[in-house]
Amino acid sequence: MSTIGGTTIEEREDALAFEDDVPELSSRVTVIRPASRLPHLDFRELWQYRELAATFAWRDLKVRYKQSLIGAAWAIIQPVMTMVVFTFIFGTFAHVPSQGLPYPVFSYSGILPWIYFSSALGAASGSLAMNSTLVTKIYFPRVLLPIAAITVPAVDFLLASTVLGGLMGWYSLSTGVHALLAPLFMILAAASALGVGLVFAVINVRYRDVPYAIPFIIQIWLFLSPVIYPIKALHHSWERLILSLNPMSGVITGFRWSLLGTSPPTPLQLLLSIVAAGVFLTVGLAVFRRAEPRFADTI
Amino acid sequence: MAATVIEVEGLSKRYRLGQLQAGYDTLRDAIAHGANRLLSREHRPPAEEIWALDDVSFTVEQGEVLGVIGPNGAGKSTLLKILTRITTPTRGSAVIRGRVGSLLEVGTGFHGELTGRENIYLNGAILGMTRREINGKLSDIIEFSGVERFIDTPVKRYSSGMYVRLAFSVAAHLEPEILLVDEVLAVGDAEFQRRCLGRMEELSSHGRTVLFVSHQMQVLARLCDRAILLREGRIVQDGPSEQVVAHYLQAEGGAGSQRSWPDLASAPGGKRVRIREVRVIDEHGHLADSVDIRRPVGIEISFTVLRDDVPVFPKIKLVDREGNNAFNTVDTSPLWNGRPVPGDYVATAWIPGNLLNEGFYTVEPGISSVGALGTNKLVHQARAPEAVAFHVYDPGEGDTSKGRFAGQFRGAVRPLLEWTSERR
Repeated sequence: MSTIGGTTIEEREDALAFEDDVPELSSRVTVIRPASRLPHLDFRELWQYRELAATFAWRDLKVRYKQSLIGAAWAIIQPVMTMVVFTFIFGTFAHVPSQGLPYPVFSYSGILPWIYFSSALGAASGSLAMNSTLVTKIYFPRVLLPIAAITVPAVDFLLASTVLGGLMGWYSLSTGVHALLAPLFMILAAASALGVGLVFAVINVRYRDVPYAIPFIIQIWLFLSPVIYPIKALHHSWERLILSLNPMSGVITGFRWSLLGTSPPTPLQLLLSIVAAGVFLTVGLAVFRRAEPRFADTI
Repeated sequence: MAATVIEVEGLSKRYRLGQLQAGYDTLRDAIAHGANRLLSREHRPPAEEIWALDDVSFTVEQGEVLGVIGPNGAGKSTLLKILTRITTPTRGSAVIRGRVGSLLEVGTGFHGELTGRENIYLNGAILGMTRREINGKLSDIIEFSGVERFIDTPVKRYSSGMYVRLAFSVAAHLEPEILLVDEVLAVGDAEFQRRCLGRMEELSSHGRTVLFVSHQMQVLARLCDRAILLREGRIVQDGPSEQVVAHYLQAEGGAGSQRSWPDLASAPGGKRVRIREVRVIDEHGHLADSVDIRRPVGIEISFTVLRDDVPVFPKIKLVDREGNNAFNTVDTSPLWNGRPVPGDYVATAWIPGNLLNEGFYTVEPGISSVGALGTNKLVHQARAPEAVAFHVYDPGEGDTSKGRFAGQFRGAVRPLLEWTSERR
């Protein structure tokens, strides 16, 4: 029986069985020190927390598909409607070149990676502010939140991909072994979204008007990516190279090539896009790690 | 032999005041401000800094139950935040041996859309359990929570009681070697507080180490072997909890149980009356800092009446620790019915036992008069805000208005009423 304030509490309710009555001193040792000036990513720690990252992703996914009435259908409706509108405006009216493909297939193959990128960027940017109660109450590597955030749009992406298969079937288009390379381009998209998202997530902790800036940035970025038009439509090669600094131009051109056999990005274009994505990710992680120790104080 | 499980060495945490009270909440404001500063070449004012923790060192042995007390802003919560790694120290270090759990985290991360079962997995993972561990304990957790029937219902449909029970059940099955408890007694309902305390006691009786931060001095003194007193980020006392608590109670608030003004000319009041002395006394007339909730407490005002032109009467106002006005009361004895005879007086207001709540009260004694007819105003001829203070405690013997409940009731007063109950 335990005694509290002169009263006794029945053991039935509060007693829990312990595996060991005399606890062994655990080997787990936590050393707490001031944040180092040179932040580094602790991969061993991230690996220890991999289950939590998976749990966060699982939560976001569950909640996403529970909260919306049409659930999974939403993941398909959004890109399909965008494709219909683009086809109507850019394909039918403006006669934008589509590399010999039917415009719906052309635009949809750009919209797919684009929507993944834009929703991953948005989710990563909001991930810290959305989970502020967690951040102020529990320790875990904060980078798990943006990482988990970019996985949910990946599921939407897979669902929406089925429509591309349907379209290709409708237009009797076939794909080759190159299709196996498509996931690599998506990884490039994920790395870019994470890199940029990390920076915005940090700013968002302190300044709450970031959510208003994101849609605007995404809108501009769309026009700088070869979603509506092929990168080949640009007349000068320097124009194409500048556009390749946007990692999404490498992603979309490459994704389209791998699945539909359109002209591939040149090695230089591809290299530029990969380097740009790498820079985004490195800068994003560095900014994030530097700000991380102060999240709980400022959020 | 007991091993050291927590070793805190010179721990310090600095906050810039701007960090505490977010300066600009939108990027737009920040940019506008920055541009302004650039244009006007105005120098950035040096950021005000406070040391929430200042060179704090202590060690905790395995199995020890350590209480942490101190006034608001003393750094108690900052200390716990650092030990749970939510925030980083500015200087110093802490070494913790063992798995840390805290009742601070109860229900953290629960999501309304998810079912009870799903939330167990989510919350468990957040608290640091592995999936395998949760699988192994799932049925225990569900049973302990008492919400078996609704375990596959989204928790947004739960009553708050069910929600808390489930959350607590998850937290209780995390078997921490070191438990950190911060002000849990201030949140949740009575049942929840009772469970938290029960869990704490149980863990400590099983040799677990507990760090307990609370404002409830009596509970803390009883549960903890040792306590440290923090003030302005520093440890001012470290010793047996009873001793530290007693010291703290006397020092808190600044106001003691007695206050006097030897010089009548500068004493509170004016040309009609002056207050000379105020004392808090027990029923035997002795000065009292701390009063048993069941015993009466007297507020004794000594004052001098200088003129006889206006009828006056003594009055006290009691203010609780949150600054709420608990009550006002005036002396209605016939002595004050007419114009007073100039001279020295002593008036004592007796506050009966079993009326006030637990906690600190400050007293504002006054000598007042009624305003002109029809104005409905009270005129203060003399008053001394926060002149004295005292602490009311419940020894927890079950015969007060909270019965066997161990937590704290809200409210300025806590009268013991006569209840009639019968079976029909």
